[in-house]
Amino acid sequence: MGKTLYDKVFDRHTVAQLPSGQYQLFMGLHLLHEVTSPQAFSSLDERGLRVAYPALTFATADHIIPTHTRLRPLADSLAEEMLGALETNVTRHGIRFFSPSRQEQGIVHVLGPELGLSQPGMMICCGDSHTSTHGAFGSLAFGIGTSQVRDVLATQTLAMNRLKVRRLEVNGKLRPGVYAKDVALYLIHKLGVQGGVGFAYEYAGEVIENFTMDERMTLCNMSIEGGARCGYVNPDATTYAYLQGRRFAPAIGNWERAVSYWNSVRSDADAEYADVVRFDAKDIEPMVTWGITPGQSVGVSGTVPEITTFPVNERETAEEAYRYMSFEPGQPISGTKVDVAFIGSCTNGRLSDFEEVARLVQKSGGKVAPGVRALIVPGSQDVRQALVALGLDKVFTDAGFEFREPGCSMCLAMNPDKLEGRQVCASSSNRNFKGRQGSPSGRTLLMSPAMVAAAAIAGRVTDARQFFDLQ
Amino acid sequence: MTNVIQDTRRIVIEGTAVPVRGDDIDTDRIVPARYLRTVTFSGLGQHAFEDDRADLARAGKQHAFDVPAFSGARILLANKNFGCGSSREHAPQALLRWGTGISAIIAESFAEIFNGNCLSLGIPCVRVDEPTCRALMAATEQDPSLVFRINFEQCTVDAGSHHATFDMPAGIRQRFLEGSWDSTAELLANEAKVSQTAAGLPYLTGFQN
Repeated sequence: MGKTLYDKVFDRHTVAQLPSGQYQLFMGLHLLHEVTSPQAFSSLDERGLRVAYPALTFATADHIIPTHTRLRPLADSLAEEMLGALETNVTRHGIRFFSPSRQEQGIVHVLGPELGLSQPGMMICCGDSHTSTHGAFGSLAFGIGTSQVRDVLATQTLAMNRLKVRRLEVNGKLRPGVYAKDVALYLIHKLGVQGGVGFAYEYAGEVIENFTMDERMTLCNMSIEGGARCGYVNPDATTYAYLQGRRFAPAIGNWERAVSYWNSVRSDADAEYADVVRFDAKDIEPMVTWGITPGQSVGVSGTVPEITTFPVNERETAEEAYRYMSFEPGQPISGTKVDVAFIGSCTNGRLSDFEEVARLVQKSGGKVAPGVRALIVPGSQDVRQALVALGLDKVFTDAGFEFREPGCSMCLAMNPDKLEGRQVCASSSNRNFKGRQGSPSGRTLLMSPAMVAAAAIAGRVTDARQFFDLQ
Repeated sequence: MTNVIQDTRRIVIEGTAVPVRGDDIDTDRIVPARYLRTVTFSGLGQHAFEDDRADLARAGKQHAFDVPAFSGARILLANKNFGCGSSREHAPQALLRWGTGISAIIAESFAEIFNGNCLSLGIPCVRVDEPTCRALMAATEQDPSLVFRINFEQCTVDAGSHHATFDMPAGIRQRFLEGSWDSTAELLANEAKVSQTAAGLPYLTGFQN
């Protein structure tokens, strides 16, 4: 019987089985940011411990960084204190820091891949649930809490359970105007936000094999929204082509041996899975969330579902969602008025996301609708500089979008970018939880960047396929 | 004075319970992101469920965390997929610091990262089936002074006339019983094996092996 990539990488990184039955696993890459690390460093200090493997530890700042200015000190003194704490901690412990002051910072899950740090066959962790993103490279990557960040700093290892592996196949061909984000939202809708608890997701099938690395990252990023702590794609020629020449990717002299290791961790053809779930790409249309969990979504041509369509034990949550979102069951999702449009985040803040939006905006010649605030927030300085070099910043600003500095921005609003009051936001981010975008009563509609762009210009949710004539 | 060993052991947890109803309660709701702008965990307790509490108050209702009769609760009752979303440890840290401190959580199911964070903090996450959970919630709502007793040696929950059993992986339960849930020391003890594992990883050795 063959093995899955999960089993192979897990076994290779196993230090020992602990008396608790959990496994002690070595972390090949540990990424840090300013929000979940300060308490971990304090705890390390209290115990008189040092960082065990600083060379495998990399830091950046993303959650609290303002996107409208680069000035220090930050206007928010709490944010400044956090950034200062990170700067002190990385200096004291000899950790490489991709710093805002040197114009090299980015969202940790955009930066790691773009630097070539995230590679196949690695175990990767970070104090952020969207670490699942890095699974796009055929690594096992997962989010951890602050006490676990301390454990990794002190030992480069974690105590973890072994997960089951579910293979999710998306076969066939996506229709025009359907993007990786729609696939992610569709899978979460079908399997539920709790469906993946206890599983690692292996994404496979023609659609995923044909995906670019950016698309694979979008999909793996949202694994956690479906309850799966990690999700991965088996590495292939697309992965290797992406990595070649990147700053921290293996040197040319090691390249062939690297590829041979990477190929060796791919799931075997006869690997055994806990289960296999198959989907047909032609069933997927652009998705929009209507509720307060990422699983509460419909195709853009659909309507907010009736209460009777939910199993009895899910009706309470659905009722709460109608009330919070002010939606009536049976109401078409298309036509919902939006106040804010946000394009960015670790889900959809990569170069190809913005290139596609720029292409569509240019093609339509449209402008952001009066009264709508539209933000373009690149995922990293590299993405931003590439957009400027291509002249696309001008395309955005001419069309009425604000073109910002990189950061997490309005995905979670730990910075000045926030919804106000009961504003509705068409958002390319990953969570539509209550209050997620900074206003305790703000409302989030998750969708693809193309759909957000259409909503920004139309002033309401609209089918990007017709709006931009995507065939 | 109790010594540290006794403090960390989780053999029996006894106290009243506070029910927080609803599936998929995410960590943004447990502690809103704006309170993560801090370099410590102190003071987070007062912000537990802050936006949900305010939302209900505006609607003329009361969140369980605002009901005085539940204010001394040590046990939190929740439904499915409790703690989903962000990996922020600030969520269990806030619960730990709310009121007299939440010491254990009973729910139908837990999100994975949240469960791991609770384990790191010595907060047992106890899974019971849906009918049991509903019955326990109803019981404490009817009588907030009802004392719950979670016994980790026997894997039982008792509250008045209610009696339930639960499953917990044996190794995890052992860590609570022994008080060895803080994993850092255990992980540090294997330092030599850690170096050995690292030496076997192709990407750390220039792909020479």
